[in-house]
Amino acid sequence: MALTETAALPVAPAARRARLNAFSSVGLGAAGLLAFLLIWQAVPSLSLVNPMMLPGPLAIPAAFQSELASGMWLTAVTGSLSHYTLGLVVGSALGIALGVLTGMSRVAEDLTSWVVRVLRPIPGLAWAPFAIIWFGVTPSAAVFIITISVFWIVFFAAHGAVRAVDRDLLEVADAFGFRAAHEKLFKIYLPAAMPGILVGLRTALGQAWMAVVAAEIFGVPGLGHRMIEASALLATDIVIVYMLTMAALYGLLDSLFLLLQNWLLRWKA
Amino acid sequence: MESVIDIQGLGLTFERDGRRTEVLRGLDLAIPRGAFVAIVGASGVGKSTLLRVLIGLAQASAGKVTLDTHSAQRQPVALVFQDSRLLPWRRVIDNVAFGLEGRGLSRRDRHAKALDALGIVGLAHLARRWPHQLSGGQRQRVALARALAVEPEVLLMDEPFSALDAISRESLQDELTRIWQVTGKTILFVTHDIEEATYLADRVVVLAGAPGRAVADHAIDTPRPRRRDDDADAAIVADVRRHLGSSKGAVLAEAA
Ligand SMILES: Nc1ncnc2c1ncn2[C@@H]1O[C@H](COP(=O)(O)OP(=O)(O)OP(=O)(O)O)[C@@H](O)[C@H]1O
Ligand SMILES: [Mg+2]
Repeated sequence: MALTETAALPVAPAARRARLNAFSSVGLGAAGLLAFLLIWQAVPSLSLVNPMMLPGPLAIPAAFQSELASGMWLTAVTGSLSHYTLGLVVGSALGIALGVLTGMSRVAEDLTSWVVRVLRPIPGLAWAPFAIIWFGVTPSAAVFIITISVFWIVFFAAHGAVRAVDRDLLEVADAFGFRAAHEKLFKIYLPAAMPGILVGLRTALGQAWMAVVAAEIFGVPGLGHRMIEASALLATDIVIVYMLTMAALYGLLDSLFLLLQNWLLRWKA
Repeated sequence: MESVIDIQGLGLTFERDGRRTEVLRGLDLAIPRGAFVAIVGASGVGKSTLLRVLIGLAQASAGKVTLDTHSAQRQPVALVFQDSRLLPWRRVIDNVAFGLEGRGLSRRDRHAKALDALGIVGLAHLARRWPHQLSGGQRQRVALARALAVEPEVLLMDEPFSALDAISRESLQDELTRIWQVTGKTILFVTHDIEEATYLADRVVVLAGAPGRAVADHAIDTPRPRRRDDDADAAIVADVRRHLGSSKGAVLAEAA
């Protein structure tokens, strides 16, 4: 009995402490959020700031309700999500394709190196004038700007990941007679580079979201556009509704992406 | 006897940044079909390089290598690397099935063959694991199964057991002997361990020198099943050691 107790001693307190830590960190997080909301509400309620300038959190549900009822919210969200998704898909596909190509082929890398050096420092938003000249104030213009922002992130991630693929594993493909480029691509390069590519995609997921808002501020219908409209009418509660909508959508997409990533990389230790 | 591998005057020189390293020169070696040949040599003498030439990972700079394999075979030669080199993103079964892809076999057939190969090395029960969930010895067994799965005529093995503890190494050596006896494959087994060579092989070839070539070639006639404590012909071991330039060999050579 005494023996089991001594043996159990070093383990139990550690486990209990871990459980307590988990509890207290959730508790602390909730307390912090509550404090934040209280202070936020106090600022307009105590007339520290004109409620027109900063509506309190209590005003938000009503504003959300009216946006929902008018159908504005759904239109804005579906509009933005469609720009976002299209830009993300096109930018990622181009980024992966070119990143992998330049990672696998020295010739392709050398050929593009100077072009990349010239174009890469140009921020996606700097393409807005051309986006509008070429596409007008249309969803395509927003998609174009988002695509460019996503492309560079994914391109560099894919290029680096492919360049870093273990030579030893490529030799395994050779040794088993898989010598053609397409065989090596699908059997070794892509799976081996997957962790690095996914890191790039996850960064792009966030960057694309910023690009959505920025692109829509130029007038393409969506969350960003609706925010600008509301702010012009000084409907600050509606602006906050859309700010929170963005946070919630991004949080949701990022969590979904993490689930996908964990499944794709389930082979990792 | 008919040779499955015939190497004549093989030379290999690496060139990099204008610096030349001549690794092999004038290497002659004929491997009869079905033989179990061990190649011993000091570190850096060119053992791995020789196997890499035979599997097509390196290009000979001189000489001729003839592989007389049945031409219908897509993968007549398979290599077990010095480190296991499993693909970490594939489950054990898919690692073993790797070499079977692109031959028009269905996934089910590939898995059936892979499972057979895993059975030979005694790991069929780990088929669904990921490589990182295996021990070093298990990983090396899977690498062996991956090579066996393609049903090669010639099995090249590059110090496959050198990174293992003594117990795993001995059990894998016995398994390999059994596999060789059952399948009748030709095995070319590289090692720097003389005891391992004489315990496993019919024939021990010593590579030595810079650039390396075959300096000695001994038949090992010890009947099978062998025991670890029956010493292969002491004269052979002494001669191999002398060629390897180990201290024990040097002493023996002086005494002679
Ligand atoms: N790509 C390369 N470029 C230049 N030199 C090389 C290259 N690969 C191997 N070498 C040299 O060739 C020689 C033989 O190497 P190899 O790997 O064949 O040795 P080994 O006999 O297998 O040794 P070990 O028992 O340590 O595995 C070494 O001196 C090594 O430095
Ligand atoms: Mg070696």
